[in-house]
Amino acid sequence: MPTKDTATQRLEVRKTYKLYIGGAFPRSESGRSYVVNNAKGKFLANASQASRKDARDAVVAARKAFGGWHARTAYNRGQVLYRIAEVMEGRHQQFSAEVSASEGLSISKARAVVDASIDRWVWYAGWADKLAQVVGSSNPVAGPYFDFSLPEATGVVAVLAPQDSSLLGLTSVIAPAIVSGNTVVAVSSYERPLPAVTLGEVMATSDVPGGVVNLLTGSASEIGPWLASHDDVNAIDLCGITSDDEARDLEIAAAGNLKRVRRPAAEDWSADQGLSRLTQYLELKTVWHPIGV
Amino acid sequence: MTTLDSGVDSLADVTSSEDRLRRFLLGLPGVDQVGAEARAATLSTRSIKTTAKQYALDLAIQMIDLTTLEGQDTPGKVRALCAKAKRPDPADPTAPQVAAVCVYPDLVATAKRELQGSGINVASVATAFPSGRSSLAIKVQDTKDAVASGADEVDMVIDRGAFLSGRYAMVFDEIAAIREAAGDAHLKVILETGELVTYDNVRRASWLAMLAGADFIKTSTGKVSPAATLPVTLVMLEAVRDYHEATGLHIGVKPAGGIRTAKDAIKYLVTVNETAGPDWLDPELFRFGASSLLNDLLMQRTKLATGHYPGPDYFTLD
Repeated sequence: MPTKDTATQRLEVRKTYKLYIGGAFPRSESGRSYVVNNAKGKFLANASQASRKDARDAVVAARKAFGGWHARTAYNRGQVLYRIAEVMEGRHQQFSAEVSASEGLSISKARAVVDASIDRWVWYAGWADKLAQVVGSSNPVAGPYFDFSLPEATGVVAVLAPQDSSLLGLTSVIAPAIVSGNTVVAVSSYERPLPAVTLGEVMATSDVPGGVVNLLTGSASEIGPWLASHDDVNAIDLCGITSDDEARDLEIAAAGNLKRVRRPAAEDWSADQGLSRLTQYLELKTVWHPIGV
Repeated sequence: MTTLDSGVDSLADVTSSEDRLRRFLLGLPGVDQVGAEARAATLSTRSIKTTAKQYALDLAIQMIDLTTLEGQDTPGKVRALCAKAKRPDPADPTAPQVAAVCVYPDLVATAKRELQGSGINVASVATAFPSGRSSLAIKVQDTKDAVASGADEVDMVIDRGAFLSGRYAMVFDEIAAIREAAGDAHLKVILETGELVTYDNVRRASWLAMLAGADFIKTSTGKVSPAATLPVTLVMLEAVRDYHEATGLHIGVKPAGGIRTAKDAIKYLVTVNETAGPDWLDPELFRFGASSLLNDLLMQRTKLATGHYPGPDYFTLD
């Protein structure tokens, strides 16, 4: 008869890290995965390595979700973003552990990063129904017309997320895109994908419709060119590209359908974000409305 | 494997009386449902790449019956559809034309005018499409009207009520009457497999339609769900293959409804090649009843040509 120790030893249920596309958690179409190490180089997990076809599927899902998400009231989108913050709060510990392991921070510093990320969602959530007042305008024209310029979402935004800041950076590039009604295909940090995977789980369990945020783990250099040249992507954030040559090539590819391109730059994610990321993904629609008659 | 058993000497015999027809149809071997679905699933895993894919995409475009069958159809919409049929991708003149444009009978004349000299056929649905619930006299008149307005192909529906209650002779006579009324026009017989429930019924209805003089057997109207599925098409392809073995005649197959992506279309082409044979890889013998499929095929074609993914913004809305 086995001793008590060996009989009750339980097998750990290890998480299989997957992609998040269209509200579902598929493995990569390519069947590939790669080893994720912690900051000290010790094995942490295996993550799916997304291919160009996963990116293609993600763009289709994002395009499908765009109509419904864009049509929601700004107030409602703000509520949904706030809900993301709420659900993240419930997973605070898990996020802290992952940020700590991935970025090599002490647990207390990791906690502060998670706090800042949650606050960032709340901050952007507040902008949802204030954007139009700040960015839009009522224009003086020489004629019997009301003339308004209204900011509208541009469509599908591809985001190559920052390589260093795996949660705060990721949050700071996704939130400003979706708050105005865009949908996002994001490629996470290659070395530090775990917070992105967990963020996908948060998206799935908060009120974000499937397809509004799609998260791919894998190499930005591999997937980036396909997203940059994709004719159904309206804007691209090259934040996660570290080489100047690569960024230039992606910018050239993005010119094919005149995408809005955000070049990589040194960013301080803990600083006040300003509105530049928000306004990057907006189009202004001007309406001429006859007065009287 | 052939579905014909040795008891049948000649196919002409089986239609000589109602009793013989019923005995023949009920005597057809049953379809192995699990087997048919497994076979279809296996065939749809084939990987078609590069030049084979290029060939398949162009072939699929040439096999499309570009269809609009809505209550809201206007002459303007039909004209736009015809323009698209003639030149599917305005940015790429090498994209082939589709096989036909399929409309309701009252819009046949409009389509005919637009397509004059293009070599594209005009197909018209007839016989109280999509339900088929009307008297034979009206169905015959409907068909004659369509042909008189210039339809090259007539898509008729069978009387599913009669078929399901076992009145095979009535269905047979109706198809034969429409065959006569259609004159030289190509006759496609819609089985509406979504309402026939079993694969056995699909096999029987396929044989019944072929014996009654169909040029094509077509899965569905597109108004009933499920519409075309791969296993149903497989069963129908087996029927045309066996009919060809027995008589030497080639009958066409047309899956319609629910085929929206290039990937799906290629699965069908693989199934055609593996079931009926390469003879059927021809717009004369295999068609897709579809509308949104064309844009996806064009996008895939563009992807192969340019090396990057195209978006639906660059293709027509229809």
